Amino acid sequence: MNTQTPVNLQGNHACALGAIAAGCTFYAGYPITPSSEIAEHMARELPKVGGVFIQMEDEIASMAAVTGASMGGARAMTATSGPGFSLKQENLGLAAMMEAPCVVVDVMRGGPSTGMPTRPSQSDVMQARWGSHGDRPVIAIAPASVPEVYAETIRAFSLAERLRTPVILLVDEVIGHLVETVTLHEPDEAEKGARKWAEGSREGFLPYAITEDGIPPMPRPGDGYRAHATGLTHGENGFPTQKPEEVARVMNRLLGKIEKHRDIIDKWECVDCEDAEILVVAIGISARAARAAVREARSRGIPAGLFRPITLWPFPEEAAKRAAANARTVIVPEMNAGQLVLEVERVLGCGRNVRPVNRIDGEPVAPAEILQAIEEAKA
Amino acid sequence: MNERADPQKLPRDGSFEIRDWLRLELMPHFMCPGCGHGIALRALLWALDELGIDKDKLAVVSGIGCSGRTAAYIDANTFHVTHGRPLAFATGLKLARPDLTVIVISGDGDSLAIGGNHFLHACRRNLDMTLILLNNEIYGMTGGQVSPTTTADRFTTTTPFGNNEPVFDACEVAKAAGATFVGREATLQTPNLKDLLKHAVAHHGFSMVEVISDCTEIYGRKNDLGNSPEMILAQKSGMRPEAYRNTVDQPFRPNPFRTGVLHRGDRQEYLDAYRARVQAVQAAKGGGK
Repeated sequence: MNTQTPVNLQGNHACALGAIAAGCTFYAGYPITPSSEIAEHMARELPKVGGVFIQMEDEIASMAAVTGASMGGARAMTATSGPGFSLKQENLGLAAMMEAPCVVVDVMRGGPSTGMPTRPSQSDVMQARWGSHGDRPVIAIAPASVPEVYAETIRAFSLAERLRTPVILLVDEVIGHLVETVTLHEPDEAEKGARKWAEGSREGFLPYAITEDGIPPMPRPGDGYRAHATGLTHGENGFPTQKPEEVARVMNRLLGKIEKHRDIIDKWECVDCEDAEILVVAIGISARAARAAVREARSRGIPAGLFRPITLWPFPEEAAKRAAANARTVIVPEMNAGQLVLEVERVLGCGRNVRPVNRIDGEPVAPAEILQAIEEAKA
Repeated sequence: MNERADPQKLPRDGSFEIRDWLRLELMPHFMCPGCGHGIALRALLWALDELGIDKDKLAVVSGIGCSGRTAAYIDANTFHVTHGRPLAFATGLKLARPDLTVIVISGDGDSLAIGGNHFLHACRRNLDMTLILLNNEIYGMTGGQVSPTTTADRFTTTTPFGNNEPVFDACEVAKAAGATFVGREATLQTPNLKDLLKHAVAHHGFSMVEVISDCTEIYGRKNDLGNSPEMILAQKSGMRPEAYRNTVDQPFRPNPFRTGVLHRGDRQEYLDAYRARVQAVQAAKGGGK
């Protein structure tokens, strides 16, 4: 496939191709609608580049296998949807704790429980952030188009590897199955991002050392470090500890490493935010509806704007505050009962009217609904 | 630190030295007095030593429970993962790094209850790794709750009227699920256990060794099974006949490691089969269906 020629792809296919382009060498998954096409493409493509695909016995096992492959040095990925994402949370916490780089794709569908497997939703916004027990660090990215799925899958691998952390790709079912035109650019090594491997002395080596950048170099099995990794709270030496001062130090480092690298993590898009008195904050397909609504509002003389977090977690709050500098009203359309709106209220709620626009019926939020909310806010 | 001899300064006899394989800085260890897991660990390290396994290329994965805590004492690449998931984690690790010798240390709760699904499918796939299932019939770490291998009528903190559930025979399950090497040995016969483990680790495919281990402190005490030596000696007389008739009927046999092997299957190893298939299709200029 000529990488410069635009091709028509569905989002799930673009995700798989993005992973291969990003140097993915291991995929473990379990069938689930509406993400199964990702596994199917990986099963076909990975062996051709020397990688390994395996369909595991369940969602839990696939996340455990991804974590194991990552600790062995592979660039590893899995994909699922809401119910499977719940099952993955256990080992997603382990990957965060062991600092195993990996990419976890969640093609969101209607819930709760089995919900609506073939209908779109954005109801895993909070599951992505808080789905595992304990304060686990996480990065979550919410692409809004098929070309963006391709590009952000590559960026997800880069962030995961460079920061030694799981990265979640939150894809709307609509985008997973939408066919759009994509130019498949081949990322160079710098764009792919490299893991920081341990080098130098084995004597006194600390696998979870507190380093300046907050990222401990990873000991590659076979390189002679013979390190220990555990889901138990551990000290710099990797072994379990419950000493309060040591626990506080290592946990602050673990959580702090995400904050420390906001410069490469944060990503957002602003549309007409500068003078916007009414700001719409939305992700994924809802942001595309919002873009149309904002354009229509502008044509009617209403100063509306759109702030779209591309990196959803950690929430790009400084950028959101700048975007909302002139806003009196903030409208949050989303396909759930109100999740993103909670974070928007936290960040932008002071002195502004925050209004949710929700759909929980398996249909995307329509531009007209957002436009109506904008007009009501204007009135 | 209590008054213990410095393990580095104890005399060496020139043969297998367990100290060469342990992270001595973590001593004293975590196990209760009389626990069988230390004996099993010794047998494993002895087997690895005799096989000449390179510690740098050795990966040991364990789950949660008393069995899970043994991995950290081994001077190798060690991974202490989530409850019941060490086989799934190890599957990913081995597929990514076929050059590593991968050993999973698990327990009866870890691999037969919460990790039962992973146990079945690891046996079925036949990926080249070894599962050492330390069966002490109890959830020791959490204080002594009933497990899938607790003998009938025994008392645990969650069977205060006696256990009314039948036991899982891990070896029969492993065999039925397709494991290509299945064995069982008791901690009583440490040299035999060592020999069995040598064969298991050397086996190219998925191997499973169930180790009959004792929980003296919690399970033994609750059921008046005697002190540690008494419990270990009871293994000889067939302490668990209803569940383990196939081994304890003849505890001392002239050719021990062979009798410890309960099943061998002849099937292609998982990654060999995967690679061969991909290569064959690609050689035929096909891209797969």
